[in-house]
Amino acid sequence: MKSLGSIRRDFAPWNDPNAKPYIQFDKVIKKFGDFTAVNNLSLTIFEREFFALLGASGCGKSTLLRMLAGFEEPTAGRILLDGQDLRGIPPYRRPVNMMFQSYALFPHMTVENNIAFGLKQDGMPKPEIAARVGEMLKLVKLEQFAKRKPHQLSGGQRQRVALARSVAKRPKVLLLDEPLGALDKKLREETQFELMDLQQSLGLTFVVVTHDQEEAMTMADRIAIIDKGEVMQVATPAEVYEAPGSRFVAGFVGNVNMFEGKIAHGEAGAASIDAGNGITIRAENAGDAATGAAVAFAIRPEKIRISSTRPAGAVNAIEGEVYDIAYLGDMTVYHVRLDDGHVVRASTMNAARITEDPLSWNDRAWVSFRPDAGVVLTR
Amino acid sequence: MNATWSRFNITSIVLGFAFLYLPIVLLVVFSFNESKLVTVWGGFSTKWYVSLFHNQGLMDATWVTARVAVISATVATVLGTLAALALTRYTRFKGRMLFSGMVFAPLVMPEVITGLSLLLLFVAVGLDRGFLTVTLAHITLTMCFVAVVVQSRLITFDRSLEEAAMDLGAPPVKTFFQITLPVIMPAIVSGWMLAFTLSLDDLVIASFTSGPGATTLPMKIYSQVRLGVTPEINAACTILIAVVAVGVIIASLANKRREVQRQRDEQAAQRG
Repeated sequence: MKSLGSIRRDFAPWNDPNAKPYIQFDKVIKKFGDFTAVNNLSLTIFEREFFALLGASGCGKSTLLRMLAGFEEPTAGRILLDGQDLRGIPPYRRPVNMMFQSYALFPHMTVENNIAFGLKQDGMPKPEIAARVGEMLKLVKLEQFAKRKPHQLSGGQRQRVALARSVAKRPKVLLLDEPLGALDKKLREETQFELMDLQQSLGLTFVVVTHDQEEAMTMADRIAIIDKGEVMQVATPAEVYEAPGSRFVAGFVGNVNMFEGKIAHGEAGAASIDAGNGITIRAENAGDAATGAAVAFAIRPEKIRISSTRPAGAVNAIEGEVYDIAYLGDMTVYHVRLDDGHVVRASTMNAARITEDPLSWNDRAWVSFRPDAGVVLTR
Repeated sequence: MNATWSRFNITSIVLGFAFLYLPIVLLVVFSFNESKLVTVWGGFSTKWYVSLFHNQGLMDATWVTARVAVISATVATVLGTLAALALTRYTRFKGRMLFSGMVFAPLVMPEVITGLSLLLLFVAVGLDRGFLTVTLAHITLTMCFVAVVVQSRLITFDRSLEEAAMDLGAPPVKTFFQITLPVIMPAIVSGWMLAFTLSLDDLVIASFTSGPGATTLPMKIYSQVRLGVTPEINAACTILIAVVAVGVIIASLANKRREVQRQRDEQAAQRG
């Protein structure tokens, strides 16, 4: 038997041209009056995928989830689940369940009855309901809280009741609206891993809406980055981070240094970028950007080396002045102001416990990076 | 508590409470008066309470009042709850402002006008004045109070509870009866109690819309007082006060206990 980890590693239906899409948004438009919340959006999600919709608040990601649950109908376009068009099917007949951001636990019912609510609606026989509720309570480790009311639980426990209630019916798809938003940081990190384990062991398709990029990166197989009702990029967390498709995505996920410039000349994927003020950047992976095209060279802070002298043999090295240092424990972040006023952010892991830091405020410093450390963005 | 009882504070409290309760205390004291003269103390006695229960007129009026209050409060609660639901849920229909204004107008309408217009209506449609007309009039009077109480609860109602129920497979009607109604029930109950009390002590509208055989207790008391106050009336009023006071005390104690229990639970939950 394969371990869960190796299943996850091999799981990539989006690369398989024969894989059958499970959830399909097909040119979906949703308008509220004059406001367009979702603008001609198409998206494909596969069975058993842990899919994240990531975006700032008001970008339309929650509307997508609500359309999938049936609380909103698209103004135009189709939503298909397992080949079936969902238009006109009310929420109570859709094989999807949702975990609400506010948890929406029924305040007048005990934990047990909250979890049993959906099963009762299906007319499941009583002994089976009792067995399933017991199973769910065990799954979320709340056996001793079965008789409590929601207001007698802590925030983390309520979150787990909401989760148990939404998976109790074994839906085809579980929708999670900011599932960890109300938890504190430590609990949130623990719960992220619990959710991943749960998704793997139940074999369900999860669609999670979040504005927290770390949460999306940790849990999701693939992330769709949504802005103003449109998909900016759909990719695995690593691709989104290392190969963002646009300036927006590069800036939205993680920290990034952006050098705006023009391609001075390019040959076979590599290019020289004239970033102005005498700064020329050698970049590989420039794609098909033509000479003269306006591009941005985006590079993550941890891929920039900082040193007090120009490193020997460095292709890209720019001189500047250290104007801010933030010690974060696991790493140190330097802000270097280049001579043209541009500020570059460089971070260094603190691998050794005690190091003599050679750089201090207002020191002259060199930032250097390899030609393949960043990406060239045309959009 | 370090606040000291200054002379000024004590005076304010004594004056305030005297203003509020002196008339009531007088009424209660004189209901135990031996003498038939209302303002002359003739020794302690409970004989007026005994004679009260033998006064067929007063007992009939009490029975009419109780029935009118229960029926009108119940119907007003149903109608008022429906109005509140419509007003909070369907916020985009045309003329909503006008409609909600019209539901709440009777709150500030002088009772004389409400009573008179209802009387004109009943005469116009040829409805004989009696038990039915008083009940209808009280429904009209109290419905808007129920609507206000229930609406203020519905405004803070978390709609995602209903969405969650539907998401879990409950159709809208089932969702309403299993989720919405139980959650807003405390507001509906207090709306009912408010309507009941309003109906119980209404004199003006009842006077306009009542007819032979449907004299309510306030009407009866008022008409007897015009013939001269008897200690019997004092006794009747004392019983009314006692009933209302016991109701209020029980309600607030229950409320307080629930609140304390809730706080304790929440603290326990945070610890555990």
